[in-house]
Amino acid sequence: MSTPTPDPANPLEAEIAPDIEEVRAGADSPVSEEAVLTVEGLDVVYEVETPVHAVQGASFTLRRGEILGLAGESGCGKTTLAYGLNQLHRPPARITGGSVTFHGRDGEDVDVLALEGEALRAFRWSRIAMVFQGAMNSLNPVISIKAQLEDVFTTHRPGMDAAARRARSEELLRLVGVDPSRITAFAHELSGGMRQRVMIAMALALDPDLMIMDEPTTALDVVVQREILQEILRLRSELGFAVVFITHDLPMLLEISDRIAVMRAGRIVELDTAENLYFAPQHPYTRRLLGSFPSLTGDAGDFLRAGYSTEGTR
Amino acid sequence: MTTETTETAAPPTTTAAIATTRARRRRPAPTLVVGVGIVLVIVLFGLIGPLLVQDPLAIGNDGMQPPSAAHLLGTTQTGQDVLAQLAYATRGSLLVGVLVAVLALFLSAFFGILGGYLGGWLDEGFSLFTNVVLILPGLPLMIVIGSYVEQRGLLLIAVVLAITSWAASARVLRSQTLSIRNRDYVQAAKIAGEKPWRIISVEILPNLLPVMSSGFVFALISAILGEAGLSFIGLGVVGTQTWGSMLFYAQNGQALTLGGWWWFVPPGFLIAALGCGLSLINFSIDAIINPRLRSAPANARRVRRAEKKEEAAA
Amino acid sequence: MTTLTAQDLDKTYTLRSGLRFSQLRAVNGVSFELRPGRTVALVGQSGSGKSTIAKLLMQLERPTSGSLLLDGKPIGRRGKALADYRHQVQMVFQDPFASLNPYHSIGHHLVRPLIVHGRATSRTAPGAAKELLDRVNLPADDAFMARRPHELSGGQRQRVAIARALAPGPTVLVADEPVSMLDVSVRLGVLNLLARLQREEELAMLYITHDLATARHFSDEILVMYRGEVVERGDADEVILNPQQEFTRKLLAAAPEPGTNQRFLAEARRRGVPMPDHLAPQEDLA
Repeated sequence: MSTPTPDPANPLEAEIAPDIEEVRAGADSPVSEEAVLTVEGLDVVYEVETPVHAVQGASFTLRRGEILGLAGESGCGKTTLAYGLNQLHRPPARITGGSVTFHGRDGEDVDVLALEGEALRAFRWSRIAMVFQGAMNSLNPVISIKAQLEDVFTTHRPGMDAAARRARSEELLRLVGVDPSRITAFAHELSGGMRQRVMIAMALALDPDLMIMDEPTTALDVVVQREILQEILRLRSELGFAVVFITHDLPMLLEISDRIAVMRAGRIVELDTAENLYFAPQHPYTRRLLGSFPSLTGDAGDFLRAGYSTEGTR
Repeated sequence: MTTETTETAAPPTTTAAIATTRARRRRPAPTLVVGVGIVLVIVLFGLIGPLLVQDPLAIGNDGMQPPSAAHLLGTTQTGQDVLAQLAYATRGSLLVGVLVAVLALFLSAFFGILGGYLGGWLDEGFSLFTNVVLILPGLPLMIVIGSYVEQRGLLLIAVVLAITSWAASARVLRSQTLSIRNRDYVQAAKIAGEKPWRIISVEILPNLLPVMSSGFVFALISAILGEAGLSFIGLGVVGTQTWGSMLFYAQNGQALTLGGWWWFVPPGFLIAALGCGLSLINFSIDAIINPRLRSAPANARRVRRAEKKEEAAA
Repeated sequence: MTTLTAQDLDKTYTLRSGLRFSQLRAVNGVSFELRPGRTVALVGQSGSGKSTIAKLLMQLERPTSGSLLLDGKPIGRRGKALADYRHQVQMVFQDPFASLNPYHSIGHHLVRPLIVHGRATSRTAPGAAKELLDRVNLPADDAFMARRPHELSGGQRQRVAIARALAPGPTVLVADEPVSMLDVSVRLGVLNLLARLQREEELAMLYITHDLATARHFSDEILVMYRGEVVERGDADEVILNPQQEFTRKLLAAAPEPGTNQRFLAEARRRGVPMPDHLAPQEDLA
């Protein structure tokens, strides 16, 4: 454990609980050398009047149990890329090139882009699960959490009986830190953080190898956000799934990711370990993202009121 | 989809409506073209037709004649020219329809928008009144009023039809207004110092236009059908010919049993055609309101086209 | 030069679910003073009552009790007095995608407040609107005035919203999370714009945010809100660097930011770079 000893000269530091780091580094790292997903030269084009090359030649390998952060600003193509990974993109988006290969636990390779129909549907939830942006608002308001969780099993595991479904649903809730007695609740009876936990439970239902999370904490409060991040890290340690974590919040990724890909205008401009990105970012855009906001404790604070920085017009 | 849509296709907000009207200016949807075409032909027939045809009430000796050179659509039992009657009836029906639609539009806008914006007791009162009118059974009420009044002029019928048909769209407008009222841009206009009437007419109303025009078209269809129904049972406008009154006389003149199809098919066909044309226009308005409806087929087409092009190139 | 004083503001909402009524105390005894040239930051979680205070200040809601004073005098609530108040106190909304009417041009958004507040006639308004655009670093030409909100980027829209707030010539500005919906790389630019305008006009400013770092660097005084109440207040640096309350500490700990990254801080100290240079704020590197 690399928890720093509190520095009495800096009272703030002593107050900050090293919670995320505790969870992140506490358990044995679940990251293995074995790859779970290989993406090579993925191209996605929006076929509009003048076609837009939303993702250009994206390549990376995701290892089993690894958290890959995908950072970038709105319109940079990060969501398009993530949706392309399991063909969730919708017209006018079209994959024009590249390959996505999923490496199963049994050593079998799946060409994801070649999957169609029933095979694709089965693959999506059970091997690669999604937690969408604003997912907590996508729970059905008139059906109980129980019915929605169990519905996953009736659809994808037809062999399961009612008792087993119920047991598994409660187990999932316990797993994500929701009291299983809340299972009969409706979406509006749960807080935003609770709803997001339920969504994560649903994504976990079929024990996927990879979770794609699209801004899962953006709509939440910083305090709740921190709780959810801890939960994700803990679950990752326990269950060993890999995560593609999409967000515009690079500082947050620096705390939770193993590796981080920075995207700009459809391209991955930098892909490196979180540590390297923290200490020595190579690309000017990465440096700009990191330096785009003043630090809480830093001394560069008076620049705003002194007003000697430029304003830009973007 | 998410952020990427903003820069490629239309943004998934109300702004899409504007973007669509622009896109539409370039290439109107086929449903809109066909719908407007049908309606335009019927309207022109109603406007110009009466100037060109013979006297529709002139009785002749050649009753129940099938279409011929002298009478393009044949004659009625009393030897009146069906084409001439049809031209005048088209004018009458359209007049009733437009009158009713305009009246209903004003009533629904007044009760829906004003109540929704001002809120409070006024809204409660307006809402209650709207709901009471909504559950008034339309046709029986018209029958009661129709049989009560001796001189059933065009205006009276139009007013009766309007009174029984505005409530539904008033409810739609109210709920839309309630949601727009709390949008930031309306609050911002308030803070900027705008007067309530200006906020309603300049900031809110334009955003209701698609809903209102859809309601207008719907009121037009139902008014024409309602009038036809009333006339058919003999409670329609006295002294003005409409499609309904033509059908009423055709029924009375035993057109069906005598095999005089030329007497009842033309008005029936025009009612169906106008309903069809107006519905097509309504669908296009729906597509403008809901960008997903609009762009989905076009986007799928674009992707297919791009795929074909690629195959051809390979 | 105007001072806006809030005294013991209270706002209780009555919620109805079916036949049951319940009370929600959104704001509870909040007092502060906005003085010319100074910024007060209001920080807290979502639902802590920050935005309700903005609504009370803008007279979009009425306080249940407590009062607002403009230069010591109770504020006007209707008619001419309300118009005068709106002349003095303006606001920038959080979401620039929602605060501009999608139906209207950029010009409309600027010309209207100019005319309503008698700062220009309908003939001189377009010119005055262009001056406003210029002040917020946007292209001051007819082409830009004719554009619609959806044709602009988030940062541009927020600049338009700021220009609109400036149009009546206010002396007090309420900024409700003005950058939280914007891309990180444009946030600093918008904040610096607000800071410059404040200096130029000696504006009294209320900066509402959940971001403690900008609250510290952007404001003179910080009020930390929790469940409708101010739990801690004081000099900006003091509150952030030496928090007294448990809740303030919790908020500070929750904010992800490179300067306090627990994962690498120890390593950074070991390497002798407690704060790598590139983590210092900078702009337009690319």
